[in-house]
Amino acid sequence: MKILVTAKRVPDPEIKLRVAGDGSGYVKDGVKWVVNPFDEIAVEEALRIKEKLGGEVVVVSIGPADAAQQVRQTLAMGADRGVLVKADGDVDSDAAGRAIAKIIGEEKPDLVIMGKQAVDYDSGQATAIVAQLLGWGQAAYASKVEVAADGKTARVTREIDGGLETVDLTLPGIITADLRLNEPRYASLPSIMKAKKKPLKETTFAELGVDAAPKVKSLKVAEPPARKAGALVADVPALVKKLHEEAKVI
Amino acid sequence: MSKNVLVVAELKNGLRKTTLPSITFAKQAAAKLGGQVHALVIGVDDVQAAAEELRKYGVAVVWTASSPGVKNYTAEAFATVTIKAADAAQAGIVCASATAQGRDYLPRVAAALNAGMASDISGYEEIGGKMAFKRPMFAGNLNQWVEITTERKVVSVRPTEFDAPAAGAPGGEIKALDAAVDPGSLKTKFVEFAEVKSERPELTDARVVVSGGRGTKGPEGYKETVEVLADALGAAVGATRAIVDAGWVPNDWQVGQTGKVVAPELYIALGLSGAIQHIAGMAGSKVIVAINKDPDAPIFKISDYGLVADLFKAVPELLAEVKKVG
Repeated sequence: MKILVTAKRVPDPEIKLRVAGDGSGYVKDGVKWVVNPFDEIAVEEALRIKEKLGGEVVVVSIGPADAAQQVRQTLAMGADRGVLVKADGDVDSDAAGRAIAKIIGEEKPDLVIMGKQAVDYDSGQATAIVAQLLGWGQAAYASKVEVAADGKTARVTREIDGGLETVDLTLPGIITADLRLNEPRYASLPSIMKAKKKPLKETTFAELGVDAAPKVKSLKVAEPPARKAGALVADVPALVKKLHEEAKVI
Repeated sequence: MSKNVLVVAELKNGLRKTTLPSITFAKQAAAKLGGQVHALVIGVDDVQAAAEELRKYGVAVVWTASSPGVKNYTAEAFATVTIKAADAAQAGIVCASATAQGRDYLPRVAAALNAGMASDISGYEEIGGKMAFKRPMFAGNLNQWVEITTERKVVSVRPTEFDAPAAGAPGGEIKALDAAVDPGSLKTKFVEFAEVKSERPELTDARVVVSGGRGTKGPEGYKETVEVLADALGAAVGATRAIVDAGWVPNDWQVGQTGKVVAPELYIALGLSGAIQHIAGMAGSKVIVAINKDPDAPIFKISDYGLVADLFKAVPELLAEVKKVG
């Protein structure tokens, strides 16, 4: 089974981002970059499926030349090869979706797994755009994936509002990884060394024949207004008094 | 043309309440564009009742789409129907609430209409003569204003950021949309839905939410504190990602950027420190109360009322005091 996975380079979610001086975006200099955590889960799931059924795991990323580092990280986890679509500056979900769909058309994987959203812009659009462009089914927010032995379908448990939904997805199809699908493995030192020799192909939007002009443009980025901290209360009776008489919520 | 705004409703034992804030957004946007609000109800059960209900909210046309292919939700089928409805309604903007469902299929609609899409919008304003949609990014640490440059636009609306519209006398007409979906054509097949059953109000709709973190010390401690207090207040229960990951409580209870976004009148945070991930999911609450034994917990920085205390002592006291005022 050939599985294609995406791995976006995003700022480390643990750090605090600063707004750029002109307010157009966030400061990228000096930021620690990581593989989008949801994509890491997608890579892990692909590796587990490969370990069971055999095959190949191809990782696709879109980003600046430096994003090769993040692709290498997924190769160190165990993916077989990478494709980096080089693009400086922000690429919107539509352009990303079109580029990924184009690569899928060339690679012809049996299954595609992507993170449910990238934690930088939190848009969560690219997967469904890819699925629509290819006319494929999609099973988003997966917390469990079982690919049938014949590789023709996957039974996916989805975390949705109010409970868990199970669907059968015809393959080729797309799954998005939610938080609790698995715990991604750490790469061992030997596998990090080995990953340096794994193939990583670089391409561009122009080579793919995909228009990178954004349909969505960022006009402004700002920190949300800080919520004013209230006062500490001395004890429980004081708290309940405030809630009852001042806030009038109980 | 294309001045109208199409809102896609969500059904769950009738019209789901999370649909209503999207109608408010749609009415505001339609007023700006000089168009009308159209609504779309997709499904087999409850469709007529939901359509009748939608007529109370100042909607010009309610489109209904019922066929065997939409008996159960799939992104493919709902996108197919919504794309047809966008044409029938001559919609310049297509929107739905940013629930698990809306977030799932709307990007397909955008791709098919060759439209740009803004996810999870919390508002909009004009910047330099352009309509800018405001949305949270990076787990709510930053807000972003985006322009959608295509003539047709798709947006998912964060339901906690817009009020429900007032219901009035029923108006508008109900029209059946010609958009049958053949179930055999779908590549995703529904198998089952395991509902998390609860007597408590739904987390995203509740007036009061009581939430707990690691400070509850375990599933038992969580029950003793969070659940007991929630039941006394008729509240929904929530949790941090840490204790959901630890398996103390169901996944469905997680509040935060990667869980549910809530904005109740009262949010009571018990033994949770206030990780940015969590705050992103509840900072819109009207009144926030925090009880934590660590006076330096970040949650106190965004709380209206904070109490530094051992919650295993504070909760029983709280129950007794609440009884007095209730």
